[in-house]
Amino acid sequence: MTYIAKPKFHHPGLPKNELGYTHRDYEGKISTLCAGCGHDSITASIIEACYELSIEPHRVAKISGIGCSSKTPDYFLGNSHGFNSVHGRMPSVLTGANLANRDLIYLGVSGDGDSASIGFGQFAHSIRRAVNMTYIVENNGVYGLTKGQFSATADRGSKSKKGVMNTDNAIDLVAIALQLGASFVARSFSGDKNQLVPLIAAAIRHKGASFIDVISPCIAFNNHAGSTKSFDYVREHNDAVNRLDVLTGRDPITVDYAPGTVQVVEQHDGTRLALRKIDADYDANDRLAAMTFLQKHAAKGQVVTGLLYVDPDSEDLHTHLDTVETPLNTLEAKDLCPGTSALEKINASLR
Amino acid sequence: MPVQSPISSVNDFVVRFANVNGSGSASANELFARAILRHGVPVSPRNIFPSNIQGLPTWYEVRVTEAGHLGARGGVDMMVAMNPQTWDKDVASIEPGGYLFYDSTKPMPTSKFRADINVIGVPLTAITNSTYTDPRQRQLFKNIIYLGAMCALLDMDPKIVEQLIAEQYKGKEKLLSSNVHALHLGRDWALQNLKCPVGLRVKKSDKVGDRIFMEGNSAAALGAVYGGATVCAWYPITPSSSVAEAFTSHCKKLRHDPETGKAKYAIVQGEDELASIGIVIGASWNGARAFTATSGPGISLMTEFIGLSYFAEIPAVIMNIQRAGPSTGMPTRTQQCDIIACAYASHGDTKHVLLFPEDPAEAFEFAAQSFDLADRLQTMIFLMLDLDIGMNHRLCRPLKWDDARQYDRGKVMTAEMLDEPGRDFGRYLDVDGDGIPYRTYPGTHPTKGSFFTRGTSRDRYARYSEEGAIYADNMQRLVRKFETAQDMVPRPLQANAAKPTKYGVIYFGSTAPAMDEAIGLLEARGHQLDRLRIRAFPFHSSVASFIADHDFVYVVEQNRDGQLRQLIVNENGIDPVRLVPILHYDGTPITARFIANAIGDHQDHLKVTPLRKAVS
Ligand SMILES: Cc1ncc(C[n+]2csc(CCOP(=O)(O)OP(=O)(O)O)c2C)c(N)n1
Ligand code: SF4
Repeated sequence: MTYIAKPKFHHPGLPKNELGYTHRDYEGKISTLCAGCGHDSITASIIEACYELSIEPHRVAKISGIGCSSKTPDYFLGNSHGFNSVHGRMPSVLTGANLANRDLIYLGVSGDGDSASIGFGQFAHSIRRAVNMTYIVENNGVYGLTKGQFSATADRGSKSKKGVMNTDNAIDLVAIALQLGASFVARSFSGDKNQLVPLIAAAIRHKGASFIDVISPCIAFNNHAGSTKSFDYVREHNDAVNRLDVLTGRDPITVDYAPGTVQVVEQHDGTRLALRKIDADYDANDRLAAMTFLQKHAAKGQVVTGLLYVDPDSEDLHTHLDTVETPLNTLEAKDLCPGTSALEKINASLR
Repeated sequence: MPVQSPISSVNDFVVRFANVNGSGSASANELFARAILRHGVPVSPRNIFPSNIQGLPTWYEVRVTEAGHLGARGGVDMMVAMNPQTWDKDVASIEPGGYLFYDSTKPMPTSKFRADINVIGVPLTAITNSTYTDPRQRQLFKNIIYLGAMCALLDMDPKIVEQLIAEQYKGKEKLLSSNVHALHLGRDWALQNLKCPVGLRVKKSDKVGDRIFMEGNSAAALGAVYGGATVCAWYPITPSSSVAEAFTSHCKKLRHDPETGKAKYAIVQGEDELASIGIVIGASWNGARAFTATSGPGISLMTEFIGLSYFAEIPAVIMNIQRAGPSTGMPTRTQQCDIIACAYASHGDTKHVLLFPEDPAEAFEFAAQSFDLADRLQTMIFLMLDLDIGMNHRLCRPLKWDDARQYDRGKVMTAEMLDEPGRDFGRYLDVDGDGIPYRTYPGTHPTKGSFFTRGTSRDRYARYSEEGAIYADNMQRLVRKFETAQDMVPRPLQANAAKPTKYGVIYFGSTAPAMDEAIGLLEARGHQLDRLRIRAFPFHSSVASFIADHDFVYVVEQNRDGQLRQLIVNENGIDPVRLVPILHYDGTPITARFIANAIGDHQDHLKVTPLRKAVS
């Protein structure tokens, strides 16, 4: 659904970053997600973070699985290569891409269905392998693209749009990332740009597996009073009709609250989310303390946000494999092929 | 004394060792095969092993073949029966007049023997127990002791075996001398107590030449090194694990930066086959040469990604070492049974390139070539081996490489090319009419050449589209690309019979040595056949003309349903009646005897029956 190219007009007065790029250089196609979808806010934060870091857009590889969230790489960094792979398998594709060229920046975008269900294994293994990447889960607790089934991060006791009660326990991806040894673990809220932008920027700069779980409300499936019929119609036909015409759009939910405080956010369906922002004096270098902190607040019904853990001496998969500094994809026959003399020796050893 | 006269043969017989898995016999048995090679006599060994680590029966068969027949022969001339569990079956499998070698420490009732075979008893346990106290030593040296006795019985040169042991234990003097001692124990006992040699004998010859002795999996892995593969992701599965293991050890020796000592490769053991192929696809998308090795069940798991590779046009290489299916089938037995599964892997309309090497030398060449093919065609290439070539040592021509050879990375647009005036980059544009578009590697250019890769339909400029005509246009181009592939893949090799004939035979892969031998057996029965060895799918046009040139053609394969035959019928629109299936699928390697009998019987039948009736 990414057919709408943005107009190429550039305002001459737009502010520029160190590289001379404007915000527009970090944008992609116009989003076709539902107006008010938290995923679009995350897109905006990614654009902002890359702009602020003065990244060369084409030096980023953006890789995703399948889902509404996984569509978003088309909506930022239009001059970089993207890869919408298969459902739940973004982590392996990203791992391979990273092995081939360690010089690019790898941004993995996934959904909670993508990462916590079908791709749970790949999520876990890419983290434990310390792939140098920024892994963002746009977590809405539902399957957006297939219309509202529960995902594995949905809370037990929550109700689907159809009124079905979720009886399964939820997977907390942040807790698991911590347990698996991710060297950068954070959680944020799609609408908290002040918190999310610096987190994404820090994650990109971090060497090793950075994981950010971003709570991202889904307007279509936690907006139970929505006009689903016409919405479904549009979705199924993928027509170039602007979805705003048929689905009651909502303003994206935004929040702004001080470190150390709790902010209650009302979602589109009226459910409430208690976000607790980490204190300024929180020690983010203590993995064990992070795990305890997380569990303690979860028990109180609070979702902790902020940078939970970072390892200042982190390593990545290339360090572990001791690969050459030159990207593997630039090596040629003269670098790779042992040639006839080595083959003669091998032949001789096999007689 | 047996009624049957003892088999008498020099340099042409089959010895089979029946052992218990985990008893450490493998290296002694392999030593036996290598020793015969060092006599200048070709051998063709085969491992027959169970799908478990300890306790179950294993066999190691060595075909001694001065004539150089490298297929399995069938039948056993001498059985070294070291496994009580399989005794009855082992004894029953000996050819009349053949030999049974056994541990005679404990007396056996006469009912346990056959009257038409020659029984050779050596009190192996008694000898080992009187020499060694440590139980593990007793077990291990027993294998070397029977090897020593075999040397005496078959008149082998003891110096050759000692030399091999010396090479094996170079620098480990203690192990060397104790092994040589055990060898002498067995040999001396046999010389003193038995009539040596028996009718079967190994005589020095010069039939090995400069050929090498290698496993197909190791050769394929070396081909990947030479072909420039830098990323390997895999998940263990018999019989393919040794490909990745060999790639690892070849890379360790050949692929480190001399200055920094750093690796010019990355090997990841994935958490499963889905991850392995995902890693391969990600790496290939990003411009590295990548491969995985797997077997049937792994292919099943990979199919969603294989479809993505086909449709999104991402190069990749899968080495499929086939074993008997379906499902877990017989995991340690050989078959050629994934032809259809690989040719059409994944949902929707797909077709993939398959390569069928016949031996380790070709496995090496095709493996190296598969990376060029994958890059040039921007698609998945399947290197189709099977357990029989993959996990057994095979005598083959020495591996060859041309140092002038450069890797052909196919149609990749560089930043300079993108900047050329008038250059139009569309990821899925068929610029040259061969169905193959240009690609760019991620990170190439600040403003040009980037595109979004996806499994969803898109137009020639990689823009998402579900427009029917655009989708059909793309699918048509993929067909065109597959047609282009026909002339890039290894061509079939034809060999004609000595006399003009109306009959042909098609075969492929590990069937080749048995087929070559079967032709001789068939000629002896008065049947002439032209041969065509298929080496790749898509089929070259010469396959259809070969079939057209013959009244009918046998298709020999190692699976139940005649999968190659189905593929030929399907892809070339051939009347199925013209292709007679010759099928072998019990998990053992096909033999010349089997092929000659199956084709010979059919041919004999034809002489007395009208053609239509015979083939219907
Ligand atoms: C193998 C496979 N199974 C199922 C699907 C269907 N499918 C597409 S997206 C999706 C769920 C997406 O949910 P999530 O990852 O949470 O993303 P969201 O749409 O909520 O952002 C599913 C099940 C698929 N594409 N592939
Ligand atoms: S369905 Fe939900 S997740 Fe998908 S675009 Fe709409 S609001 Fe976003």
